[in-house]
Amino acid sequence: MKKLISLVMVLAMCVFLLAGCGQSEEPAASDSPSEAPSEVSAEPAGDETDAEGASFMIGGVGPLTGDNAIYGTAVMNGVQIAVDEINAAGGINGYQIEYRFEDDVSDGESSVNAYNTLMDWGMQLLVGPVTTGPAISVSAEVYNDRVFALTPSASSPDVTAGKDNMFQMCFTDPNQGSGAATYMGSNMAGSKVAIIYRNDDAYSQGIRDTFVAEAANQDLEIVYEGTFTADTQADFSVQLTAAQSAGADVVFLPIYYQPASVILSQANAMGYAPTFFGVDGMDGILAMPNFDLSLAEGVMVLTPFSADATDEKTVNFVAEYNERFGETPNQFAADGYDCVYALKQALEAAGCTPDMSTEDICTAMIEQFTTMTFDGLTGTGMTWTSGGEVSKMPLAVVIQDGVYVSAENAG
Amino acid sequence: MEFLSYLISGISLGSVYAIIALGYTMVYGIAKMLNFAHGDVIMVGGYISLLSMTALGLPWPVAVLLAMLVCTVLGVIIEGLAYRPLRSAPSLAVLITAIGVSYFLQNSAQLLWGASPMSYTPIVSGSVQMFGGRLSISYVSLLTIAMCIVIMAGLTLFTGKSKLGKAMRACSEDKGAAQLMGINVNLTISLTFAIGSALAAIAGVLLCSFNTSLMPTTGSMPGIKAFTAAVFGGIGSIPGAFLGGILLGIIESLAKAYISTQLANSIVFAVLIITLLVRPAGLLGKYVPEKV
Repeated sequence: MKKLISLVMVLAMCVFLLAGCGQSEEPAASDSPSEAPSEVSAEPAGDETDAEGASFMIGGVGPLTGDNAIYGTAVMNGVQIAVDEINAAGGINGYQIEYRFEDDVSDGESSVNAYNTLMDWGMQLLVGPVTTGPAISVSAEVYNDRVFALTPSASSPDVTAGKDNMFQMCFTDPNQGSGAATYMGSNMAGSKVAIIYRNDDAYSQGIRDTFVAEAANQDLEIVYEGTFTADTQADFSVQLTAAQSAGADVVFLPIYYQPASVILSQANAMGYAPTFFGVDGMDGILAMPNFDLSLAEGVMVLTPFSADATDEKTVNFVAEYNERFGETPNQFAADGYDCVYALKQALEAAGCTPDMSTEDICTAMIEQFTTMTFDGLTGTGMTWTSGGEVSKMPLAVVIQDGVYVSAENAG
Repeated sequence: MEFLSYLISGISLGSVYAIIALGYTMVYGIAKMLNFAHGDVIMVGGYISLLSMTALGLPWPVAVLLAMLVCTVLGVIIEGLAYRPLRSAPSLAVLITAIGVSYFLQNSAQLLWGASPMSYTPIVSGSVQMFGGRLSISYVSLLTIAMCIVIMAGLTLFTGKSKLGKAMRACSEDKGAAQLMGINVNLTISLTFAIGSALAAIAGVLLCSFNTSLMPTTGSMPGIKAFTAAVFGGIGSIPGAFLGGILLGIIESLAKAYISTQLANSIVFAVLIITLLVRPAGLLGKYVPEKV
């Protein structure tokens, strides 16, 4: 009898574990069937312009589960809206777009696997990876395979360094660090700044380095620098106490939202209320399940996108996103959306068709991207260097009542 | 003043470790096994309390009681299904089973509640200001320290005075002899798991109120640290777990503040190694030579 119970338990465990695997792939699988050939034939045949039934195959890679899931999900949704809009309006050069997104759990190895899955599927253009570490891993593959890649949000210069076919839609870390220092220098001159950053992470370390370099040129005094690592990102009481006793009135947080949420809550618990200043990694904190929005009140974020902007494009995008996904889009969603439109503009200017080889498309895209000027949700007059870095201006927003408000509009 | 503040945050972190370590040490003392799934019971406690506060809208004391109840039942079920059939198996088999149960709990949590981190609403918020605001201690820290002392005192009384507690001590000294004296060994071991898991639920609530972030792997690192604390203090000894936990928390906090935040974890483990070199049975453990 006991053996029977044990056997049943073992079986139950196996089923649970397998079910766990199945779930992580669900979001990607639900976007598109897994077999590429059958999918082409399943395309709506009624589309007149789609002469040969061919379409541009655009893949996306980013975290849909794990610590940084909010970023990947936002990009996936933003790209989906752009793809649907373009397809409904007749596609690119008359060809429809096929789009598939794979989960990489924000991990380098998983990301390369996800990329290979997409290559087997027949991907011609890549939007991604979403986070910096995986993007560095995948960029080497992309370079070898000659696939054109445009990452919406991986912001380290290492992502594009030495790869002529890897481009960025977000501003780079140096740009963010020095941008934040310049902003503080001109708007909060004379501040005492504490920095809490994660020094085993290229993203956080990179922004901190350029921030410190630029802060020396500004009227800012860095009074404390605290570090943490992946293993120690649960308890910040020591760093916060040190920042408080050093008299910091601005705490600069070049980190992702998950540890940032812990910092905000622990600072609140100990009654320390400086101005917290985050960069694009802070984006997403408002969408965190069960997060107490009052903790984020007054937090400043440097971002290229503000959902309260009043231009027509942003208003339409925000309304559409709200309707389909039930939340206000963050910068990542806007970056994803812009990526698709930038690709569209370049593909149209180069006159590309889906039957061209991936390598030929890549060559044509490199030529277009280094010469064109693009207007999107996350900035106007964007240009790219031959190194793949975008040039646009960061914008500061303040969180008020749980939404972003441009720092200029804030009361 | 900063020193005092670091010390208090170290003691409150250490109190959480101590409460978790009590679970490890009691189970080890009586069943002679390392229950590596203990850290994940903490995580389950965190989720149950969070969901009963947010989804069911229960007040926090009820939520904590509910979490304790669920964890107690879970602990007894784990013991009955996974460990009891292996009572006479080699200890390595039980250890591997415990690791298996730990993964099972983590994966089930991921399936049930998703992998993305949830923000935990602390059960008490705010802080008390002292010395004109130069020293602020959060209520969560005070609650944690108070809770730890109450639990510690309660457990010492329980094992020292009550009949069941005496049965537990008898089992830990000699299971065979205890059985001959008419003690129900299986029941006593189940009871130990029940108490350990209820403590894990309390630790889960306190830990999450402190760290305010909850995901399926939340319990693993504190679980390992608490295990270290239990070994540090002398595994099998209840005052040892308390002392080990508090010291570990203080060392970690001060190492972070004055030496290096990155090296804090390494320093904690280095202290453990040095202690074990000098006192192989831990600070308060009894060294029992084994007859071969």
